[in-house]
Amino acid sequence: MAIGWYLVVSAIIFCIGAAGVLTRRNPLVILLCLELMLNAANLALIAFSRLHGGEDGQIFALIVMVVAACEVTVGLGLIVAIYRRRLPIDVDEMSELHG
Amino acid sequence: MSNSATTFGWLVLLCPLVGTTVIALGWRRWPGRTAGWLGTLAIALSFGFSIAMFAVLMNHSPDDRIFSSSLWDYVVTAGVDAKLSILVDPLSVYMALIVTGVSMLIHLYSVSYMNEDRGFSRYFSYLNFFVFSMLVLVMAGNFFLLIVGWAFVGAASYLLISFWYRRSTATRAGVKAFVINVFGDVGLVIGTFFIFRHTGTLDFVRAFAAVPHVFTHNQADLVAGCIFLLLGAFAKSAQVPLHTWLPDAMEGPTPVSALIHAATMVTAGVYLIARMHPLFEEAPAAADVGAIIGCLTLIVAATIAIVQTDIKRVIAYSTMSQIGYMVMGVSVGAYSAGLFHLMTHAFFKALLFMAAGSIIGAMAGVQSLDRMGGFRRALPFTFACFVIGGLALSGMPPFSGWLSKDDILAFLDHRGGGFLILGILGYVGAFLTGIYTFRMIFRAFYRDPVPEAVELEHGHLAHADVPRNPMTGEEEDTDVGFPGPGHFIAEREWPMKIAMSVLAVLAVIGGVLQIPGVDSGVERFLEPTFADSKLAHTQIATGAEWLGLVIGALIAIAGITVAYVIYIRSPETAPALQKRFAGIHRFLANKWYFDELIDLLIVRPAAWFGRFCESVLERIVISGTITDGTVGIVRAGSAAVRRLQTGFLRYYAALLVVGLSAVALYFLISSS
Amino acid sequence: MSAVLFFVAAIVAIAGAIGVVILRNPFYSVLALVVHLIALATLFLLLRAEFVAAAQVIIYAGAVMVLYVFVVAYVGGGEELAAGSTLRILGPVFALALAIELCIAMLGSALKGISAKGAPYVPGFGSPRQIGTLFLTKYLFPFEVASLLLLVAAIGAVVLARRRRGLGTPEEELEARRRPPRPAYTGTMAEAAGVRHAVESAEQELEPDVVGQRSGTEES
Repeated sequence: MAIGWYLVVSAIIFCIGAAGVLTRRNPLVILLCLELMLNAANLALIAFSRLHGGEDGQIFALIVMVVAACEVTVGLGLIVAIYRRRLPIDVDEMSELHG
Repeated sequence: MSNSATTFGWLVLLCPLVGTTVIALGWRRWPGRTAGWLGTLAIALSFGFSIAMFAVLMNHSPDDRIFSSSLWDYVVTAGVDAKLSILVDPLSVYMALIVTGVSMLIHLYSVSYMNEDRGFSRYFSYLNFFVFSMLVLVMAGNFFLLIVGWAFVGAASYLLISFWYRRSTATRAGVKAFVINVFGDVGLVIGTFFIFRHTGTLDFVRAFAAVPHVFTHNQADLVAGCIFLLLGAFAKSAQVPLHTWLPDAMEGPTPVSALIHAATMVTAGVYLIARMHPLFEEAPAAADVGAIIGCLTLIVAATIAIVQTDIKRVIAYSTMSQIGYMVMGVSVGAYSAGLFHLMTHAFFKALLFMAAGSIIGAMAGVQSLDRMGGFRRALPFTFACFVIGGLALSGMPPFSGWLSKDDILAFLDHRGGGFLILGILGYVGAFLTGIYTFRMIFRAFYRDPVPEAVELEHGHLAHADVPRNPMTGEEEDTDVGFPGPGHFIAEREWPMKIAMSVLAVLAVIGGVLQIPGVDSGVERFLEPTFADSKLAHTQIATGAEWLGLVIGALIAIAGITVAYVIYIRSPETAPALQKRFAGIHRFLANKWYFDELIDLLIVRPAAWFGRFCESVLERIVISGTITDGTVGIVRAGSAAVRRLQTGFLRYYAALLVVGLSAVALYFLISSS
Repeated sequence: MSAVLFFVAAIVAIAGAIGVVILRNPFYSVLALVVHLIALATLFLLLRAEFVAAAQVIIYAGAVMVLYVFVVAYVGGGEELAAGSTLRILGPVFALALAIELCIAMLGSALKGISAKGAPYVPGFGSPRQIGTLFLTKYLFPFEVASLLLLVAAIGAVVLARRRRGLGTPEEELEARRRPPRPAYTGTMAEAAGVRHAVESAEQELEPDVVGQRSGTEES
């Protein structure tokens, strides 16, 4: 298959993830949609790595996975802390940092 | 070329400067009258050094008597040379001798006059500063230092006029004097610039040497520059129309009036014209303006003096009138005559002011002639000084004033043409001088003694229960900022007596320096300075001079006789005349309405302009539109931007996505 | 054959993605994401990235998603309220716009050279050995940084989610602060600076009516 197909798939998944981030109110689900976007990026990286014949893209994709894991850890820790404080799990409620 | 003359010159400048600094630094700590003695000592040293300068100058041949010395270069670059340099030549030595000599006597007088004043040390510090400034002015070797000295003298005058600073009339007078002086300062600076533009140098010797080469006769720039210089001279010397500050300056202590407003500061204008004589001779149009204004002033001031009731103001207008003579003299070329009159005037006018201070002390601070009378027996020494000063002022032979004043008038007559008219007006002024001077003396010392005089004859000096402002009568106290409680008369205070005696002697014999046909001491001494002058070398026949002197003497006697008739023989004449000529009397008593005119033409528009600037320019344009407007815009902008920060996470995410799309769209379009 | 596999995997991936976004219950969203991840692993295999595919399944689907499941179980899903009306419409619109732009970029002539099939096949491409060699030679620094990043994240997670001692209502916390942390006069720097005074003033801040009577006579 031409690499272009993979890239189109990656673009579609990315945009679905973006739509999810913009639409959902539960922070857990927003984090999940963020994972989608990261995975889309991974797919693009792997596709390009295949195109150019070097494994650099795959290394990059692995690092992205590491970063995603860290981000998930910290994000979920935040959500647990919010839950412990008995605040509603809703990003629209947590808007005190405004101008 | 510097030598011992210039060294002494620097020392002359240094002594009063050290004096003012030392007194000022310890002003709280000087016990008793130490500050006064310190100040007097400083000026005495300065006088000594001036005599040394004079001696050195006399040691050199007359062609070799111009020395200049520069201590420091302020700005010496392409096109400008501003240095700290003094010029020691006969004119500056002459002025320095007069300034230091008379100042020394006045310091001595002040030691007892200001004795119980709370501001004693401050006074002597200011007075020394004034002498320093005046010496800077007369010894300056370039326009730059002249302007510095000019400004300092104005500042010193302000400090001393408003010396009793809690008196509102005094502070107002000080401000008035300073503002008019600044007006003159501006004229001086602009005039300097006009001259400098063509001569290219600020130094006197070089500039004057260049004048015949760079200027043509009556060239517009030169005339304009000279007229601006004249503005400065008129402001400082209280000539019409910049004269209104001088009578008000009598709010200062009497020794200050004696020093500044009789002998030294007001003569700065005369000195200026004499010093700049190469310029004025090349621009006779400006010189004629000076002569006309001088003549006008002497008439105006003499007429006003006739109706004044405050004794100090009579003497002040007399000063104005005599300076008019001097300005007239140096403007038409009678340099040595004008400067000779400067010297004799310093002597007898300072004497008159000192004597006035004595009689005011006897009256416990009252200055009005209406309340004085019959002090002849109570104050014999003061009376003698007044008479000597008055005779010298009126121009009676053989006193010094006669020889000097008529010297000027003879020169004017000799030059002829329009100047003859000025000379005739000068004689009219001399007539009026005799009248007002002896009016003052007869009213204060003759007729029935007033209660204060009677008390004094019994040995008891009068004291006021409540100190009052002599002009407005409002109550004061004797704390700092107001005159002290003590009143002093010359008969009892030896410093006052010594100072007045010296001046009296000088007023009598001072004329011997320049008797026509016998000797011409002043003229020969000043010859090197005026060697390049075309007018100064006109020789007047001795016969014509003596004719002028005789006419002057006759006019003086006539004036004194008129005063005698009006005030002693038939005392009811004065009120009758006043009623008959009530309109003229009112016009003169209001000082020819100059104050009102200046108020209408200058003060009110300036005040209106200030209010306009404040309410419109300042408040509306600058504060309102520019500052508040900018603030408002920034605030509105930031309020608008603040609305972007809603705090909603998804809103920020949406912004991110939109932004990313926009960037991608841009690249998409630009690459296709 | 590979084309068919590609289309199947792609469709499953997209379906999983849509499921993540649409499903109401967060637990179901997590499961949808797991499906999506496995489909993506298949796509990686098609691109000959065997190690990355394995890592994807083991780490991503295996560990990260399990973590998610734990947290969803703890926090609970709850009914989710509907999103604000504006962004509910505009969100998908913006995303659609972005998608179209990206597709135009890729399928149009904007990006060159992506219609090729790829580089010639090298044996061992994407194998663990190659990846490992690269990690330890050319990309050693990012490797170390990544491990540091993991350490930081771990510490961060522990700090964020730890249970604080005496955690409770604000009144309980105030009470916890009132009790002195150690017996009096047992020497701390605060003691040297006058802790009695400091403690008493702190107590006066909290409950002036109770403490005021005690500290009146004991001034240091």
